[in-house]
Amino acid sequence: MLQKLYDWIDDRIDITPLWRDIADHEVPEHVNPAHHFSAFVYCFGGLTFFVTVIQILSGMFLTMYYVPDIENAWKSVYYLQTEVAHGQIVRGMHHWGASVVIVMIFLHTLRVFFQGAYKKPRELNWMVGVLLFFVMLGLGFTGYLLPWDNKAYFATQVGLEIAEQVPFIGEQIKILLAGDAHIVGAQTLTRFFAIHVFFLPAALFGLMAVHFLLIRKQGISGPL
Amino acid sequence: MHKGKGMKFVGDSRISAEKKANMPKDYSEYPGRTEAFWPNFLLKEWLVGAVFLIGFLCVTIAHPSPLEGMADPTNASYIPLPDWYFLFLYELLKYKFASGPYILFGILVIPGLAFGALFLAPFLDKGPGRRPHQRPVAVGMMLLAVASVMWLTYESAEHVDWEARAEANKPVASVEVDKEDPGYKVFESNCMSCHGDSLQGGAAAPSLIGIDRSAEEIMKIAQEGTGSMPPGVFKGTDEELKQLAEFIVSVNEQAK
Repeated sequence: MLQKLYDWIDDRIDITPLWRDIADHEVPEHVNPAHHFSAFVYCFGGLTFFVTVIQILSGMFLTMYYVPDIENAWKSVYYLQTEVAHGQIVRGMHHWGASVVIVMIFLHTLRVFFQGAYKKPRELNWMVGVLLFFVMLGLGFTGYLLPWDNKAYFATQVGLEIAEQVPFIGEQIKILLAGDAHIVGAQTLTRFFAIHVFFLPAALFGLMAVHFLLIRKQGISGPL
Repeated sequence: MHKGKGMKFVGDSRISAEKKANMPKDYSEYPGRTEAFWPNFLLKEWLVGAVFLIGFLCVTIAHPSPLEGMADPTNASYIPLPDWYFLFLYELLKYKFASGPYILFGILVIPGLAFGALFLAPFLDKGPGRRPHQRPVAVGMMLLAVASVMWLTYESAEHVDWEARAEANKPVASVEVDKEDPGYKVFESNCMSCHGDSLQGGAAAPSLIGIDRSAEEIMKIAQEGTGSMPPGVFKGTDEELKQLAEFIVSVNEQAK
C-alpha cells in the first residue's frame, strides 16, 4: 500500500533522486567514531544541528503560551513555569538548549579551525558558518529579553546602551532594535520578539541550508 | 543516462517515463573502511543523539530554568548581567583601555578585529598546510583568543554570588489578601505599619509573603520579635494572636 502510494507520487514528480542524493553517500573512515574514537570531534556539528532542532520545536511550543506584551509576558512565562503540565520542561529545554547550542557551535568552530578544514576549497562554507554563529548569538541576545524579568530587562538596557555608542549609526541601531531612542518598553519587547521568532530564524534556516548544501557538494575535509 | 531520441516522459513533464534502478555509487573508490550513511551510519548517529537527549533532559529536569521577578524599570539598585556567553564582552569594557574615552576600542575595535579575523580566517591563513604546526601564527592567535575569552568570562563570573542573586530576585507570588478575614483586622492594628497593607513589607520590615514558618513560630515572633523586630510589638489577646498567625499562614499557603 505504502509502496504503491510512493510509486504513484514518484511516477509524477520523481522524488527518488531527491532523497537518494542525501541518503547515498559514504561516511569516510576518519570521521567515524566506530573506527577511531577520537573522531567524536566530528560530532559537534551534528549535535549543534540536533540542539537547534530542539530549540525550534521547544520554541514553537513556547509560543503557544507566551504573550509578547509587557503586561502579560512575565505572567505568561510564570504561568507556563508553574501551572502548565510539563511547561517547566519545555521552557527548560529552550533555556538550557540556548546555552548548549552555543557550547556546541564553539566546539565545532574550534574543531574546524584547528584541523584547518576551512582551507581551499571550503572558504565559503567557513564564512557561512561564522555568520551562523553570529545569528545564534543574536538569537541568544533577543531571546534573553522575552521573559521580561529583571535580569532580562536590565541586560537588554545595557546591551542597547552599548549599541548606542557606535559612532554615526549608533542611535539608529538603538531605535531599530528598541523602537525608541530612550524607552526600553512595550515596543522593545515586540521588536525583540519579532526578531527572535521571525527574522533571525529565517536567516538561520537560509544559512543552514547553504551550509549543508556545501558540505554535501564538497564532502567532509580529508584526514590530516 | 538516456538522452535524445527515443526518450519518453511522464505527460508533458521532463520526468523520464522509463524507471531506472537508483544504483548507489560504487563504494570501492573510497579509501579506508567507509560506511554507508543511509541507513547504517544514521542509525548509530541516532543512538548517540538519543543518549545525548536523555542527558540533556536530565539536566533540564534537575535544574528548572530560572525566572526572576517581573521587570521593574524603576528598580535603580539592580545590577545588570548579560547571559554567560556575553560576559567576556561585558568584562572587556571594564578595562581602562576599553572604557571611558577609549570605549570604541571596547565595543568596536577589539571585538571587530577578533570576529572579523575569525570570519576571514581562510584568507588570512592561506598556506597549503592544514596541520596545526604548519600554521603557528593562526593557531597561536586562536589559542590566545580562546584563552582570553575564557579568562574574561571567568573574571566576570567569579565575583558574582549567583545563589544570592537568584534568592534576592525571586519572583513574588501574587496573592489575594482577604481583608475581611478577622486575622487581617489584627494584622492591621499590630503589624501593618511596618509590614505593609498587603503583607508586602516595607523599609522597616520584610515581606511576610513566601516565608516558611508555622503558626506557632509566627505567634512567637509576633510577641518576642526577631532580627531587628523588637519584642512586644503585638498587643492583643491570645485569641487575636491565634487569628493573626492562622491568617499569615493561609496567605503563605496561597503563595506556594
